[in-house]
Amino acid sequence: MTKYILNRLFHSVLVMLTISFIVFFIMFKAGDPVELMLPPDATQHDVIQMRHALGLDQSFIVQYTKFLENVAKGNLGTSFRYGEPALKIVFERLPATLELSVLAMIFSIILGVPLGIISSIKPNSIISRIIMFFSLAGISVPVFWTGMILVLIFSVILGVLPSSGRGDVFLFTSAFTWDGIKHLIMPVLTLSIFQLALILRLTRTGMMEVLMQDYIKLASAKGVPRKVIVYYHALKNTLIPLVTIIGIQFGQLVAFTIVTETIFAWPGTGKLIIDSIQSLDRPVVVAYLLVISLIFVLINFIVDVLYTFIDPRVRV
Amino acid sequence: MKNIFKSELVLEFFEDKLAVIGLIVFVIFAVLALVPSFFSYQNPYDLSQLFLQNSFQAPNSNFWLGTDGQGRDIYSAIVYGLRISLYVGLASTILSVIIGFSAGLVSGYYGGWIDTIIMRIADIQLSFPAILIALIIMALWGAGVGKIIIAITIVNWVYYARTARGVVLSEKEKDYSQSAKALGMKNFSIIFGEIMPNVTAPIIVIATVRIANAIILEATLSFLGLGVPITQPSLGSLISNGYRVLFSGYWWTSVFPGIVLMLLIISINLIGDRMRDIMNPRLKR
Repeated sequence: MTKYILNRLFHSVLVMLTISFIVFFIMFKAGDPVELMLPPDATQHDVIQMRHALGLDQSFIVQYTKFLENVAKGNLGTSFRYGEPALKIVFERLPATLELSVLAMIFSIILGVPLGIISSIKPNSIISRIIMFFSLAGISVPVFWTGMILVLIFSVILGVLPSSGRGDVFLFTSAFTWDGIKHLIMPVLTLSIFQLALILRLTRTGMMEVLMQDYIKLASAKGVPRKVIVYYHALKNTLIPLVTIIGIQFGQLVAFTIVTETIFAWPGTGKLIIDSIQSLDRPVVVAYLLVISLIFVLINFIVDVLYTFIDPRVRV
Repeated sequence: MKNIFKSELVLEFFEDKLAVIGLIVFVIFAVLALVPSFFSYQNPYDLSQLFLQNSFQAPNSNFWLGTDGQGRDIYSAIVYGLRISLYVGLASTILSVIIGFSAGLVSGYYGGWIDTIIMRIADIQLSFPAILIALIIMALWGAGVGKIIIAITIVNWVYYARTARGVVLSEKEKDYSQSAKALGMKNFSIIFGEIMPNVTAPIIVIATVRIANAIILEATLSFLGLGVPITQPSLGSLISNGYRVLFSGYWWTSVFPGIVLMLLIISINLIGDRMRDIMNPRLKR
């Protein structure tokens, strides 16, 4: 197990190094943020001076080596735009993003799995057909479109929910204040519709495949109650692939907060990355991507560990 | 290739009413997109045909779906937008199938270091959300129809490569590939002549579903202002433009393009779902 973990760790570090190199290189090629940062009446002298102060007048190799040296010391550089450590800026906004993602994932699972089971037991009933139709709509609707329609209905027409911002924050989250909850409803719904539909459909497909297996037929021939078959024997085997998918999808959720946060002016990392890319703020972009890929690595790791608990075949 | 179009499968496809509806909707959209000038009464991007006194009209008998701030007929804009959206979706899918398919075939057949390199690239890419990769590429390249097609291809080839590789790994051990080898056939002809036909079916099914995905990705990037240029707006950019005036009550400028986008994707998904069900032997009783 230790060897396996070390191996994984080594692989992850390699992946993150590659990512940092590629992003660093792309941002280096993309151009110089200095022109964007100085006022339009700045002289050529100011430009050169600032470029030197930021170390941007050096070659790519020098800049990247310096970056790696700093990373080894736990410093991901200072934001060009805010003048603060890039990592600090990212971490300040991370709670807002994780809050959205986690709530959306919880919502999708507690609704998606049961609905998927219901629609798999009697796939041809009217209820199943209605569920399936809405799930099809769910995976067909772009995230930004869901958000827009919610804003149109609840903010523009009904005027009951606020369309931007986070509201009152208490203990890193909006979920503990009434005002915060009102701000949370639409972004969380927007983010979860697609996941909800996806989890529902995967649960359904998985259940239908499992329910057709011989051991299920044997169980019902032996007289095991239908409920026990469905909720114990079949569900257990459906959950195995589902855990992997949910793990991967959580990463996608974090990425899709970019869209959601743009629509709802949510002060998280998604909005930060869009702003930073546009202002060529390289340290923040690199820091954000490294943090996100670290989250990805952690999730994959947790999923793998969970796997050994759910699926005894993997335990070697 | 031939066995996919066996009439049996085609007949089976038509057994599902929803899939047929999906097919009809898709064909209608495809025809509109093919000759947009024939189906719209205004070229929405010819400035000489736009009149400012027509701006922000609610849907009426002259402008079925209303107009935007420049007096542009939303219906005509949707027809032209459909063309761009479909074009980007199809072109990027075809490109990624070609690249991913070949990479997967080669990687699976030869194994060794070629396999290691291709699959490592795929791993790194898959350990990162697709939208982020496309976003960074587009943010730094700037908007453009060709650019977004390439960006989506870079993101999507991985899925086909993985599938193709998986199938090749099992196919190359089978008797027919082994005997082709024993007969002295060149590797190239074994891969593309003998093995490829067996990999085609799963790839086509994935590709159908991924067209929808590519269209959504394009629309999302365009909504964020990082997709197609303003001169060639897709459905996504129409929605984006409309969203800016949503709070002023001009809902039709964004809602109608959105509905069309949704219908387009639903229709593709219905077709893809049906194809997958037909080809998945595990669901057959």
